[in-house]
Amino acid sequence: MKSTLVNARRTHRGIVPATIAALALVASGCGAANDSGGSDDRGSLAGGESLSGTLNGGGSSAQEAAQGVWRAGFQGENADVTVNYDPVGSGTGRENFLSKAYSFAGSDSALSADEGELAAAKERCGGEDPIEIPAYVSPIAVVYHLDGVDELNLSPETIAGIFDEEVTTWDDPAIAATNPDADLPDTAITPVHRSDDSGTTKNFTDYLAKAAAGAWGYDADGVWPKQSGEAAEGTSGLVAAVKSGDGTIGYADESQAGGLGIAAIGVGAEFSKPTAEGAAMVLASSPRTEGRADVDMAIDIDRTITDSGAYPLLLTSYLIACQHYDDANEAALVRGFLSYAVSPDGQQAAADQAGSAPLDAGLADEAAGIVDEIAGK
Amino acid sequence: MTTTTEAEPQPRPATGRGDRVFQGLATAAGITILAALAAVFVFLAIEGVPGIGKPASSYRPLESFWPYVGRLLFGTVLAALVALVIAAPFALGIALFISHYAPRALAVPVAYVVDLLAAVPSVVFGLWGARVLGPHLVPVHAWLDEHAGWLPFFAGPGSVTGKTVLTAGTVLAIMILPIITAICREVFVQAPRLDEEAALALGATRWEMVRLSVFPYARSGIVSAVMLGLGRALGETMAVAMVLSASPVYTLNLISSTNPATIASNIASSFQEATPDKLAVLIATGLVLFVFTFAVNFAARAVVARSEQRLRR
Repeated sequence: MKSTLVNARRTHRGIVPATIAALALVASGCGAANDSGGSDDRGSLAGGESLSGTLNGGGSSAQEAAQGVWRAGFQGENADVTVNYDPVGSGTGRENFLSKAYSFAGSDSALSADEGELAAAKERCGGEDPIEIPAYVSPIAVVYHLDGVDELNLSPETIAGIFDEEVTTWDDPAIAATNPDADLPDTAITPVHRSDDSGTTKNFTDYLAKAAAGAWGYDADGVWPKQSGEAAEGTSGLVAAVKSGDGTIGYADESQAGGLGIAAIGVGAEFSKPTAEGAAMVLASSPRTEGRADVDMAIDIDRTITDSGAYPLLLTSYLIACQHYDDANEAALVRGFLSYAVSPDGQQAAADQAGSAPLDAGLADEAAGIVDEIAGK
Repeated sequence: MTTTTEAEPQPRPATGRGDRVFQGLATAAGITILAALAAVFVFLAIEGVPGIGKPASSYRPLESFWPYVGRLLFGTVLAALVALVIAAPFALGIALFISHYAPRALAVPVAYVVDLLAAVPSVVFGLWGARVLGPHLVPVHAWLDEHAGWLPFFAGPGSVTGKTVLTAGTVLAIMILPIITAICREVFVQAPRLDEEAALALGATRWEMVRLSVFPYARSGIVSAVMLGLGRALGETMAVAMVLSASPVYTLNLISSTNPATIASNIASSFQEATPDKLAVLIATGLVLFVFTFAVNFAARAVVARSEQRLRR
């Protein structure tokens, strides 16, 4: 029931409140400037104590739940601070960060070098490289609803075949080959995809493009690349659609998959179910995106990892900020909030309440080290 | 409807301060709504026209604006027509039942309940359609696929989630039912009593009486009621967005998983994550819907005017 309410609220934002949202955005942008300007005279904020003011950020809606947890935790420690996180979507979040409406952004993909975002971010940050830290990592589960089948092993090629509508029944030889013990019915397969532009879809199609070795003929994209098939809006809508049909299969944040069968995906010669450890393992061993500064932790997720227990189908969402801000108080707020987000406490709180996978110690330490250097000019 | 047309010079009515104030208020209200409509159009035009020529990535998975909006417009019309086909006969029947068949003790509560349907928010209809009606219509989809599959509308394969144009059209039908019923009911009640009694006196059965004396009189009212319902169905957003499993396609198939989205529902589902480019594209589709709805209403007016003329002869 909770998910339906959330869905209703989110989609209800739809049309009419567009202008209201825009106004609120403008207003909150002004608010940030005023608040931080007004409390400037607090001077050095060396210890990070006695923080006050308003911190505005926004972006990825995947991060919304985790951001809520971090906000609550951070505001609990700093009573005079207000943190606003607007889940407007990654693209809009990045744009608003670049236009200085937000002090930080949450984004399901790193700033792209090709489309000039990286250069724009550099300009926004006074010529310095922007900070990008992975803060929200969530394994994406391949969920299915098929009566009588509780365990399912699917190779990446088979998943690609199913979502490409090439593998159309559950007793297809490709599925039977990896599930010798299962009693597969001849039910038709209904693959369900997201109808909205989403980071989950982008990571899922990226996984298919890289791991399914040619069986998936499309590029990674937040919009579903095929023009057919069952579509559902939002994670909750997709989960509801998979639940309501028989023979359905879809992909969703692992934390939202409650009550559905979760397939184990082929990794090397084995099959892995989504786990926080498996996702963190992939993240830790994945290479960094080339040509990035030291403070930019953009990661090229290794989708073809073969280590036992690894789970390469995951979503990484970044926090994007500057190294230095004109306003010392704004810098202190960003530093404080981002430090909390990547701290063991913050990561654990998000894992408990938003179902994310905590960063492993190495990445978390590196991120904390980068965030600690954020300062006023 | 046509009253006395003789141009008798009427005595100039007395006017007081109250009259002038009221006239001012009424005029202001009329002008304000016109101005608001014009402002909406100007907004759509200014913000939307640039959306026609954005980079191809804004129209993913398609490549340019017209194919993008074409599929949406097709879906909009398809869903609205399905809704009308279901709702119009129902609404006429209910209206006739209330005005001519039901005993008064029953007619009043039925009319009240149907009016109440209009007060249910569309989000609630959407939730109900997606979570309750859709799954319950799955057997209907399977049956249509099996027995009426030779019709292009029911080519199948039947959806297993029920999130189809057929379900969306059914939900829309329920949503437009109150407005069509209410107007038809009012028009039927106003059918001249003498005509009806004359028909009965000449030995007509009750059905013949309705057909001979009520329907001809009510024709223009029925047309405008249906057109108002069509307008509501064309613009309905949330319910469709929540029910429909949408893909950018042209298809007449009402029962498969692959359905075209409607313009309004597409705006609702894409707005959340829209970049500025995409937003301009969405507003441009809104402009197309605005123009289309305007054209439909214009055509409806013309139809009504012509049938009224015919009636007068």
